[in-house]
Amino acid sequence: MTIPTEPSDVQPSPGPSSTGPTGTGLSVDLVQERGLWAFINLVRRLLVRDKAGIVGLVMFILVVVSAVFAPVLAPHDPLKQNLRFAKDPPAWSEGGSIKYPLGTDNLGRDILSRMIYGSRVSLTVGFFGVLIASSLGIVIGLVSGYAGGTTDNVIMGGVNLVLALPYLIFVVFIAAILGSSLINVVLIFGFTDIPIFVRITRGEVIKMRTAGFVESAKSIGATDGRIIFRHILPNLIGPIVTLATFEMSAMIFYEAGLGFLGLSVPPSVPSWGNMLASGRQYLVIYPWIATIPGLAIIFTGLGMNLLGDWLRDVLDPRMRRVKK
Amino acid sequence: MQRYILSRLIQSVFILFGVLFIVFFMLQMTGDPVSLLISRHSSPEEVEALREELGFNRPLPVQFVSFMSNAVTGDFGKSIRYKQPAMDLIIERLPATVELATIALLISLILGIPLGLISGSNPGSFWDVLSRGTGLLGQTIPNFWLALILILVFSVHLGWFPTFGRNTWTFMGMTLPTRSVVLPAFSLALFTMGQLVRFTRSAVMEIRSEDFVRTAYSKGIADHKVYIRHILRNAAIPLISIIGVQFGYLLSGSIYIETIFSWPGLGNLLAESIGNRDFAMVQAIAFFSSFVVVALNLLTDIAYAVADPRIRY
Repeated sequence: MTIPTEPSDVQPSPGPSSTGPTGTGLSVDLVQERGLWAFINLVRRLLVRDKAGIVGLVMFILVVVSAVFAPVLAPHDPLKQNLRFAKDPPAWSEGGSIKYPLGTDNLGRDILSRMIYGSRVSLTVGFFGVLIASSLGIVIGLVSGYAGGTTDNVIMGGVNLVLALPYLIFVVFIAAILGSSLINVVLIFGFTDIPIFVRITRGEVIKMRTAGFVESAKSIGATDGRIIFRHILPNLIGPIVTLATFEMSAMIFYEAGLGFLGLSVPPSVPSWGNMLASGRQYLVIYPWIATIPGLAIIFTGLGMNLLGDWLRDVLDPRMRRVKK
Repeated sequence: MQRYILSRLIQSVFILFGVLFIVFFMLQMTGDPVSLLISRHSSPEEVEALREELGFNRPLPVQFVSFMSNAVTGDFGKSIRYKQPAMDLIIERLPATVELATIALLISLILGIPLGLISGSNPGSFWDVLSRGTGLLGQTIPNFWLALILILVFSVHLGWFPTFGRNTWTFMGMTLPTRSVVLPAFSLALFTMGQLVRFTRSAVMEIRSEDFVRTAYSKGIADHKVYIRHILRNAAIPLISIIGVQFGYLLSGSIYIETIFSWPGLGNLLAESIGNRDFAMVQAIAFFSSFVVVALNLLTDIAYAVADPRIRY
């Protein structure tokens, strides 16, 4: 809920700075921007200013709603096979019916219902993957950036090693070894994505370590723990949340890719990648089976990218674009 | 300069050793690598025989040392499926992947950089909206989905390109691509093109507001000269690093595309080997691709240092 501006408890010392000509303007602005209402107002103003941000947020919320309320929203059971209605085209094309708005797949399962349920797999992978990667990445990055020296060198050596690898090939390799299950996929993305969070966290920490507010906190005798939790962590929220959005979108993308190779969740589970994979062999005759689920991946990715661009503006005041 | 190159070279060698380490221990992750290689219906005697044959009955450190000493000579063992040395198979499949990646890179350069230039120099214009849209779509459209759509439209409906496979023709001793490369290369190029558009756009916008550009304009230099001499030249330097990274991505990221188009390259071989549980092959491909990517990164950094003296330290 805090806007990462200046840390709250480093007040300008009552000495020369408050009487000087520069000290006053900034703190007055800060006082006015404090509080929940001010924050909500700020977000509202930024949302209105950036239309793409609203669109992205709405798209993302739609995906979340469809994942949470899948049983209510889906018109049919996503697993129920009905060979009599197999390979029915979508409602808008010839031979389609409103009963199956987006058509049915090769086993007569409703594509719309499967797409709605598929959002559960995608969001689970994206959310928990990012949760693992960001929490471990932040801790390691804090240690690396704050400790410096040999610790930093060792950690960054590992990070650079992993980041130098061709990501897709290793993800496929690990997935093939571990076997397909939802938990494995979450763990693979969660762990392979740690280095990116380490690098961002470390970069920010090193920048902040020499910043004025950390030095002044140190000079009034703040402990390392206090500096990290009160001064450095709040300032990390902006870049981390932004990165998390983009990484979550990337994970959803890669999960679909793994599914496409048959290495993600088991084939019986409705997921967007699995749907594409199983529809591929019917591409020429029944193209909707493979192509329509792809729209869900694009929709989610588009929403999250727009949202991420907007979050970068909102959460990182230094990057805020001045729009008139 | 030499010191910089040397230190980057040493770093790259370390990374490659790290890769070997990872590739070796990856198979140990499940506890018993033999169980990965053998079918469920094998008898215990068969399992033991395979364990013996592949040397998995030796202590782990011994296995590791022998794996490493073979690997540095390019020996990753034999493919279980093809009964051939894994490295030979990689070399055999390499030209197809290089062809695909090179054409994809060319497509993304030819389309991406001009689009980024136009949009960076006219923010807010129609071209800007178009190229920002392209950048965004490049990041969000999965290339395997695009490939399916392209097949439907251009192969099935229009019949302009073959739906799968690779054809080449030989001209004066050179193997040249045919139109069979167009659809796979275009699907593969989309992401890189998006990156290039975004990157060129922001580089041009940044450089346009630099002091030296204003000075150039104030001296009365014509628009196009300012663009060519001052803006393009400065934007080209960071572009080198993006292009290097992206070429590595294209070379190693074509698993889906090669599978969909039955393109006889490394990505296809990898997907096949995973399907066959041919893990010696997978290890070899993983290492080889890492080697290519690390080498490309090294070359990129050297090119970067040559082009921009500020980077050397």
